Amino acid sequence: MNDIMRPATEWELKSMMMALAERGISVEILGAGSKRGVGRPVMAPVALTTGAMRGISLYEPAELVMSARAGTPLSQIEVELASRGQMLPFEPIDLGPALGTDAGLQTIGAVFAANLSGSRRISGGAARDYLLGVRAVNGHGEIFKSGGRVMKNVTGYDVARGLAGSWGTLAVLSEVTFKVLPLPDDVLTLVYPDLTDDLAVELMSLAMTQPYEVSGTVHLSPTLVKRLKHKGLAKETRSLTALRLENFTRSITYRKQKLRDVLSAYGAPLELELESSLEFWSEVRRLSFFPANGTHLWRISTTPSMAASLVSSVRRHMKVEPFYDWSGGLIWLETPASADAGSADIRRAVATHGGHATLIRADEAVRRTVEVFQPLGPAVDRITRGIKHAFDPMRLLNPGRMYATM
Amino acid sequence: MSSIELPLPNQDIVARRSEIVRDLTEICGADAVIFDEDGRRAFETDALTAYRRMPLAVVLPSSTEAVSEVLRYAKANGIRVVPRGAGTSLCGGALPLEDAIVIGVSKMNRVLEIDFHNRFARVEAGITNLAISGAVAPEGFFYAPDPSSQLACTLAGNLAMNSGGAHCLKYGVTTNNVLGVKMVTMDGEIVEIGGAHLDAEGYDLLALIVGSEGQFGIITEATVRILRAAEGARPMMIGFESSAKAGICVARIIGSGIIPVAIEFMDRPAIEVCEAFAKAGYPTNVDALLIIEVEGSEQEIADRLAYIASIAHELNPLALVVSGSEEQSAKIWKGRKSAFGAIGRISDYYCMDGTIPLAHLPHVLDQIAEICRTYGLRVANIFHAGDGNLHPLVMYDANKPGETEKAEAAGAEILKLCVSVGGCLTGEHGVGIEKRDLMRAQFTDDDMAVQLRIKSVFDPDWLLNFGKVFPLDVIEAAMARTARSADQVDPAEAA
Repeated sequence: MNDIMRPATEWELKSMMMALAERGISVEILGAGSKRGVGRPVMAPVALTTGAMRGISLYEPAELVMSARAGTPLSQIEVELASRGQMLPFEPIDLGPALGTDAGLQTIGAVFAANLSGSRRISGGAARDYLLGVRAVNGHGEIFKSGGRVMKNVTGYDVARGLAGSWGTLAVLSEVTFKVLPLPDDVLTLVYPDLTDDLAVELMSLAMTQPYEVSGTVHLSPTLVKRLKHKGLAKETRSLTALRLENFTRSITYRKQKLRDVLSAYGAPLELELESSLEFWSEVRRLSFFPANGTHLWRISTTPSMAASLVSSVRRHMKVEPFYDWSGGLIWLETPASADAGSADIRRAVATHGGHATLIRADEAVRRTVEVFQPLGPAVDRITRGIKHAFDPMRLLNPGRMYATM
Repeated sequence: MSSIELPLPNQDIVARRSEIVRDLTEICGADAVIFDEDGRRAFETDALTAYRRMPLAVVLPSSTEAVSEVLRYAKANGIRVVPRGAGTSLCGGALPLEDAIVIGVSKMNRVLEIDFHNRFARVEAGITNLAISGAVAPEGFFYAPDPSSQLACTLAGNLAMNSGGAHCLKYGVTTNNVLGVKMVTMDGEIVEIGGAHLDAEGYDLLALIVGSEGQFGIITEATVRILRAAEGARPMMIGFESSAKAGICVARIIGSGIIPVAIEFMDRPAIEVCEAFAKAGYPTNVDALLIIEVEGSEQEIADRLAYIASIAHELNPLALVVSGSEEQSAKIWKGRKSAFGAIGRISDYYCMDGTIPLAHLPHVLDQIAEICRTYGLRVANIFHAGDGNLHPLVMYDANKPGETEKAEAAGAEILKLCVSVGGCLTGEHGVGIEKRDLMRAQFTDDDMAVQLRIKSVFDPDWLLNFGKVFPLDVIEAAMARTARSADQVDPAEAA
């Protein structure tokens, strides 16, 4: 990588993109670069970072809306929101520790470009659900906007949301506008020890069918539990299944008891009070129990009732450490180092159980040889190519990052 | 009303009508094709009734495969297609064209699968919105988006327009509640996107398809998220002497950290009409009324309503009434949800659907009043205050020459006003034909070019729902560009 371009304004970004487009030069798109190791290796002679386009351009707490330039560090946004008692409801996951970089580096643009959602996704929705509007520059070098700053907007096609999860392959975001929500008054976590994966998924799904607004359901294997740094759980060596309640204290007290009653067949849970809960969920959010230790890490989306069976069918072929989020609807799976990262077995298991898998952590040589993102069926593949062509006909933006020939 | 220009029909296609009807009958069977004049007349308009066009033919297929065959036929013959759900669009989204086949999905209305454990329902897209909730209600679940037309409107139409409703402040709109779709493209290809799991793989095609106003394909099945309903819910009503105070009240409630399930606003004309219709017990001595609903257990509801009341009391409300029973709650909501119908009983009206940042509410309401005064028209305002979605109902007399044009002109000024304060043309009804020519108020040519290129991916010949969403000249220019670039490179080859 010879050269990193750093536009400071949207206009500079446009000029740079036009210059690249004129000469047909492809470019790797970066925020802070903390997720550079996700995806197939990008073969581009230059890189461009949005890191110099930063700053919160609009914040109306009473309207639950914020706009920020794409390169604004997420940490800055969360500090600003917290100062007004608000938060990003989708609780973006921080891949830094798992990818061997520091936590807290990523930009807000990258959060949406990767559609990164954390545990609250199961109750509150994904990053893309909170994305209200974008400004961006496409591979034609055109500045465009979509959506806006209001909560409800169906004017024209929903291009803004369509860019979520496109990993910088369709356009370079210059500004994002998103919905925020109040921080909960209080948090309490019920932790059920020693459940098998099957029982844990059953428990978590049952909790989600109750009217108590459980806002996080996770299950960690015993090995992952041992890696937790959480002070109150330091001595735990059993699997742990955690359910989170976030609300006013009086509500939590009431709902906790209701839940304990409904779930009494699964044993007596530990209770983590506010501070202890925050510590636990912050660790979950940073995936701190998946340190970059030479193993591979997969992210698998499926229906909860398929989760345990999917993991055990992969387990027949290799040693795996699963972390179940979203009641089992999201599986983070650590697999041993191997030339294909276990790709063949994992893709087969996903094909039979439904859903999709993304290889999050693997070295460059592996990412060059196996599909990192879920291979697409023929019809969706054709549409996907068309969309790529519509935004970036010369394949200048992050070429090959998601799919080899796109 | 006639000031919106509709595309001229292709006379060659119109001339082939009987041959086309015969072919459609062969494809779908006689009972699925409506071709006689009386039968077709039932489909000549939607809920924007001022515009009518007799469709070439109407097809009501019973299966995805039949939709696929009809689209394949239409594509091969260069015939335009207008998709239709229940025809409740307020923006002319389902308005037929004289040279187009209307494909209605209303016969495809079955529930295919309900999975409470994984919290989804898979349904045929012609099912009504309310029927989805009805199917899961016995287990205490519901489907969240709740447009006022939910008794009649189909999920297919909701998906096309990304419909909202009064309760989307907490639960989101259609796009936030859909996990997957089965869609037939204009080529007749059946595509499955997403599924029962969260977040589909690859690009977020669902985001693009939901809200594309039937211009990307015809959705025949969908997998939607179902949610466990709260233990209970109860609305309260708070009346103020001014909309400014009501706006401040809403801002303070949200700023305090409480997100009610719904915050609805009505101005004095709306209150009076709705009260006369529903006898809901609305206070009639106020200029602005808020209906605020919260959820939870009895105790939680009481706590939250008390908290909201304490915020309201600082602003000296003229009325503050908590619903005392299920019956009263139902009446309060009935009054609000039947607002359009209630106003329709006393006058023709033109319903606008802009969204504005909440802080601009008093200014925007003053300006709306001023605009309507200038045109000599009355207006009532309904507002989803929690999310800024404003429904001014401009009243006019369709029998008075020139008055409908006045109402349209006033409506256009109101929508431009919404855009000028940082809002948008439409929050939940869609663009359709109605707001098509106002798109330039919100979007630059480049903004629209980006959207039009996506349309070309799905339907480069513009056969699906032609003449809507974008100004006609913009559509025509885009078609010319697509034709030119198709001459130069085939996108599939280039990719």
